[in-house]
Amino acid sequence: MPPKVNLNKCDGCKAEEEPLCEQICPGNLMTLKDGKAYCRADRDCWDCMSCTKICPQGAIETRLPYQLGYYPAKLIPRVGTNKIMWTCVDINGKIERFVVKTRND
Amino acid sequence: MCAEKVLPKNLEEIQVEMLKTDFLIIGAGNAGCFAAIEAKRKNPDLKVTLMEKAYIDRSGCLAAGMDAINTYLKKGRTIEEFLKWSRSQAGGLIREDLALKVAENLNKPVEEWEAWGLPIKKDEDSEEYKTRGKWDITIQGESMKPIIAEKVREYGCEILNRVTATSFLVADGKVIGAIGFGVRDGKMYVVKAKATCIATGGAAGLYKPYQGDGVDSHHQLWYCPFNTGTGYAMGIRAGAEMTTFEMRWCATRTKDFNGPIDTISVGYKTPMINAKGEKILQKRYAHMGGETAPRFIRANAPMEEWLEGRGPCFVDTRHMSDEDIKQMKTDYLNERPTYVLFLAARGQDLKQEPIEIYGNDPYIVGGHTASGYWVDTDWATTLPGLFACGDVSGGVPNKFVGGCAAEGLLAAQGAVKYIANLESLPQVDEKQIEAEKARIYAPLFRMQKEGEGVHWREMEERMQRLMDEYAGGIHQFFRMSEEQLKYALKHIKILQDQVKYLIAEDLHDLMSCHEVIDRLDVAEVLIHHLLFRKETRWPGWQTRVDYPEVDNKEFDCFVNSKKNVETGEIEMFKRPYEQIIPGDRLQP
Repeated sequence: MPPKVNLNKCDGCKAEEEPLCEQICPGNLMTLKDGKAYCRADRDCWDCMSCTKICPQGAIETRLPYQLGYYPAKLIPRVGTNKIMWTCVDINGKIERFVVKTRND
Repeated sequence: MCAEKVLPKNLEEIQVEMLKTDFLIIGAGNAGCFAAIEAKRKNPDLKVTLMEKAYIDRSGCLAAGMDAINTYLKKGRTIEEFLKWSRSQAGGLIREDLALKVAENLNKPVEEWEAWGLPIKKDEDSEEYKTRGKWDITIQGESMKPIIAEKVREYGCEILNRVTATSFLVADGKVIGAIGFGVRDGKMYVVKAKATCIATGGAAGLYKPYQGDGVDSHHQLWYCPFNTGTGYAMGIRAGAEMTTFEMRWCATRTKDFNGPIDTISVGYKTPMINAKGEKILQKRYAHMGGETAPRFIRANAPMEEWLEGRGPCFVDTRHMSDEDIKQMKTDYLNERPTYVLFLAARGQDLKQEPIEIYGNDPYIVGGHTASGYWVDTDWATTLPGLFACGDVSGGVPNKFVGGCAAEGLLAAQGAVKYIANLESLPQVDEKQIEAEKARIYAPLFRMQKEGEGVHWREMEERMQRLMDEYAGGIHQFFRMSEEQLKYALKHIKILQDQVKYLIAEDLHDLMSCHEVIDRLDVAEVLIHHLLFRKETRWPGWQTRVDYPEVDNKEFDCFVNSKKNVETGEIEMFKRPYEQIIPGDRLQP
């Protein structure tokens, strides 16, 4: 499942020793190319969304392979301290929102 | 940033980190983290080290989170009841001695997780956990992995992130640590330990998934694709005894997405239906429990419907309330968030169109079936000094997340006891280190010297197609025969000989090369197990078309294996079933 990087938003985590997406990816798939986040093998992604959730710039979107699901559905997490607000848009433009608690207060 | 790293050009250029610890845990997933914490609690003076090939905050099966604990003993439920249920779900084959100890420890890690910050829903009136089926509770587990990673750090454990293990350190017949290499720094790591615990999870990627079109959906797997069977392979190569690999984990999953289905079918009581609208389990498997039939029956049922021309099959969501549908999607966001995206990308309204289901590519995973290391009631393997817990450990099917955590506690208790009684530790065998160094880095050097050879992906795809077509994969509706298995074995052995041609251009490639080498070693043992059990005990998990019946006279026992480290042969043998809790083993 390809993580899609918005090159205008990604700043390569300049302040970090290692970009956060590269640090977190359980498959060792994210790295930098020309100073921007890059997935070295789209087909090897498990779509766990760890990179998408951790990106401080909101520059990564997790997409489904087209072979499985149609364009242009979206699922965007907004990560807070102890909850995530998810916004999902289906191929017909229908929007659904979910608030998920992730930690006890 | 691996590409920028200067790679070693020869064996002399490889930097070796020699480390010492008291207790080494390989794999910092759920089971490994609980083992680390428990060892520190039992003896705070012990140095505890975790070797993790990814990054502990989001590694292993719980990377994306989890939406339920499927094994929690609620008020009024007994350990005996749990054992009977688990035994019947596994077709009557379970290590009762181990399962009873796991059952005694099921609730503790869950309650600790909650105290550390994991949100678990409570019933408004009773203050008990909200239930979802007989043994299940619903959790909001998106952050359960980061929560436990924080605790591991708090307890003062040492964490070696991005170091992938390749072999156990063995001297005088004892495991005294492990060898691995840094996926980022390229160094070889030799970690000497008084006791070692393997917790690397099960094996995905042995079989070709049906959605693997050679494109972006290659890792559209239910099980974590980064669990590549390394822990099994390390044990096999060192001559550890393994059990019940032939009990493969095949399950009904959501079609195409290959996601969990119990969230819907157990959580929201949606019946399984075929293309004709018939309730499959109630109509054809009423004698085996209908909707609560054993897991292998539920796995096989939709595939049988397809074979008979009655596919596609579904779980019928059309009667669900709007509120339940929203809640179910929320559950998925806590475990496999992109399933919600998948439904949106299909433009699917669950009140109009039910969820399609299908089988999955088979996995070897001891958290669900009984496959894995043969251990004693201290979770000690047959190699002195080596303990095992979680998906890599065998004998206890249906332990799931809670049971794997419980095994972490139990294996750590066993290891701490072992360390306390340890008199002396043998010297590290320098010859082993040199041989392992050459084995680890061979694909890098081959690329530099020869400039060509076999890419790991080519070999992985060859292996996955072989296993799929000749060892009962999804494209063969899980069925297999003696002739097919022997064909698969012949070619797996050719591939094992071909690993000398593997090439790696960088450290990520090098890790991937070793993942395919490890998978081949697991596949070889798996085929031997499938060949040995000449009966069909669990249709779907293990369908021998040439031996379609259960043969209790010959095979009401465990099938175990051990690689003869002198000859390289896989030796197969039986271990008797020992029943502790009386009653019909097929009944809950």
